Amino acid sequence: MKNVTTHLVVAASLIALGACAKKKVEDLPLPPDNGSATATGDADADAGRPLPGSQEDFVASVVADRVFFDTDLFDIDAEDQATLRSQAGWLARYPQTRVTIEGHADERGTRDYNLALGDRRANSAKNYLASLGVDETRISTISYGKERPDAVGSDEGAWARNRRAVTVTVR
Amino acid sequence: MRALVILALAIASPAAAQLSVDVDGTIGDDLSIAVPAMPTPQVVQTGANPSATDALGRAVAEVIASDLRGSGLFKPTGPSGVRAIGVGEVTAPQFEGWASQGAAALVQGFVRANGNGEITVGCYLFDVALKTELTRAGFAIAPRDWRRAAHKCADAIYARLSGESPFFDSRIAYIAESGPKNNRIKRLAIMDSDGANHRFITNGQTMALTPRFSPDYKSIVYLSYLGKRLRIFIYDVAAGRQRLVTESANATFAPRFSPDGKSILYSMAVGGNTDIYRISAGGGTPVRLTNSPSIDVGGSYSPDGSKIVFESDRSGSQQLYVMGTDGSGQQRISFGGGRYATPEWSPRGDLIAFTRVTGNFRVGVMTPAGGGERLLTNSWQDEAPSWSPNGRVLQFFRTSQGGNGKSSVWQVDLTGVNERRIPTPIDGSDPAWGPLLP
Repeated sequence: MKNVTTHLVVAASLIALGACAKKKVEDLPLPPDNGSATATGDADADAGRPLPGSQEDFVASVVADRVFFDTDLFDIDAEDQATLRSQAGWLARYPQTRVTIEGHADERGTRDYNLALGDRRANSAKNYLASLGVDETRISTISYGKERPDAVGSDEGAWARNRRAVTVTVR
Repeated sequence: MRALVILALAIASPAAAQLSVDVDGTIGDDLSIAVPAMPTPQVVQTGANPSATDALGRAVAEVIASDLRGSGLFKPTGPSGVRAIGVGEVTAPQFEGWASQGAAALVQGFVRANGNGEITVGCYLFDVALKTELTRAGFAIAPRDWRRAAHKCADAIYARLSGESPFFDSRIAYIAESGPKNNRIKRLAIMDSDGANHRFITNGQTMALTPRFSPDYKSIVYLSYLGKRLRIFIYDVAAGRQRLVTESANATFAPRFSPDGKSILYSMAVGGNTDIYRISAGGGTPVRLTNSPSIDVGGSYSPDGSKIVFESDRSGSQQLYVMGTDGSGQQRISFGGGRYATPEWSPRGDLIAFTRVTGNFRVGVMTPAGGGERLLTNSWQDEAPSWSPNGRVLQFFRTSQGGNGKSSVWQVDLTGVNERRIPTPIDGSDPAWGPLLP
């Protein structure tokens, strides 16, 4: 019963915030249950479900593991805010978990500048998570500049995918 | 390397109608210059590659011809396709024969085993029409260093005919790249200025970026992702060890040596804001040089060590600024359309090279006051120029477009006409040209 209540609260808060969440409410994961329910539950029901608190669980649980930026910019817009709120919610459930935010740029800037720009973007995401109550000491940042593109093309679509800050859990 | 004093004495040049090339000229002005294989008085195996002194004589001539060709100022012929010469001919050229083949200048020389494990490489430059010697140079060296002797000969010829300082006998540090675009392996590597004597320094497990040779070539400062952090290391080339330049919880990157090698400029990002700092190459307390809420990054000293050019987006886009070495008097010098990045001050002091970003990346130069801008290349992405020791040639890296986009090291002279790719075993970026070797 407790699980269901928490679930509803999380879902309600997302709706209330009017975020353009990319996942349906049904897809939102169950929050952790402090062990008791899992310990007594049917093992088969958990098959294929990511280990709670794992990177897989994080990716499956949040709106997205990354936020995107406009060319040369590093501001957190409404869509990014919804994504980061979902990340902050997950992090609140796993207070022992730390994350690294990887900042990236597209290939249309020079190498050193893009390292600085990636750092800016990672810190934008970090600061927003911190404003939502995530302890800053749990968040580290690293910039990869343009050195690690996600999309390899040289077109607007690829560049938009590469201007990103990706949250990765640290074991 | 020991230069032979007796050979290194230049002969007084004739007063009239001297041969010369103009480094600011165009491709039509190329000077035809014959470079026959260098004979040896006695064929001796040296253990070098190639080993025999006659094969070395041919290889030395090939390197000289290749250097001269690569400078864009000369049209060398030989050693293939030109007549082999005898040892007795080296200092007594058959000028009429070379003139009939259209050669304006002639490079002859010899390779001799000295019996003490060293070889001597001697080279002579002649004016074919005037039938006079213009310069000569000779070097007693370990056989394995034969390429350096060839570069020194080419340098003597280039300097004599162009009136410019030499640059062939120098080395490049760069980043060797391989693997798919979204997971490139980036390794620190070094090579001669023509791509020979290539050596990987890091093994690729950790990403390496933006190397710079110290002025004495003893060390290389670069950015390493060791420990999944951005930190600057100094790699000791002889010892094969490296040490951290500065310990910080923040990302530190974009390292540059000062001209005397005693200081290092670097950039540090604190909470998303990047500024430029200076630290002693031996470590110590860093000094902050810029203090703006924008990205201030990179930097390059003027050759006299009195000023620094750097890039900043404080105006809203990346532009070039000059400041004193203590950070005083920061003044913007670039005002064209688009963005300006990666400024590098010429070792001659007269120009600043940069990357201009207007969609495409192009390599260009301007004066330290921001005047006389000229773009030298025109490709999809030409980035991060690095000056030759004489300030007449730039190396940069060129990236091709698309999912299979690769990067390669290129060279262009100040005319913008003479452009060529530098051969590397795998892809390459971030070439950093060191000074002339001693």
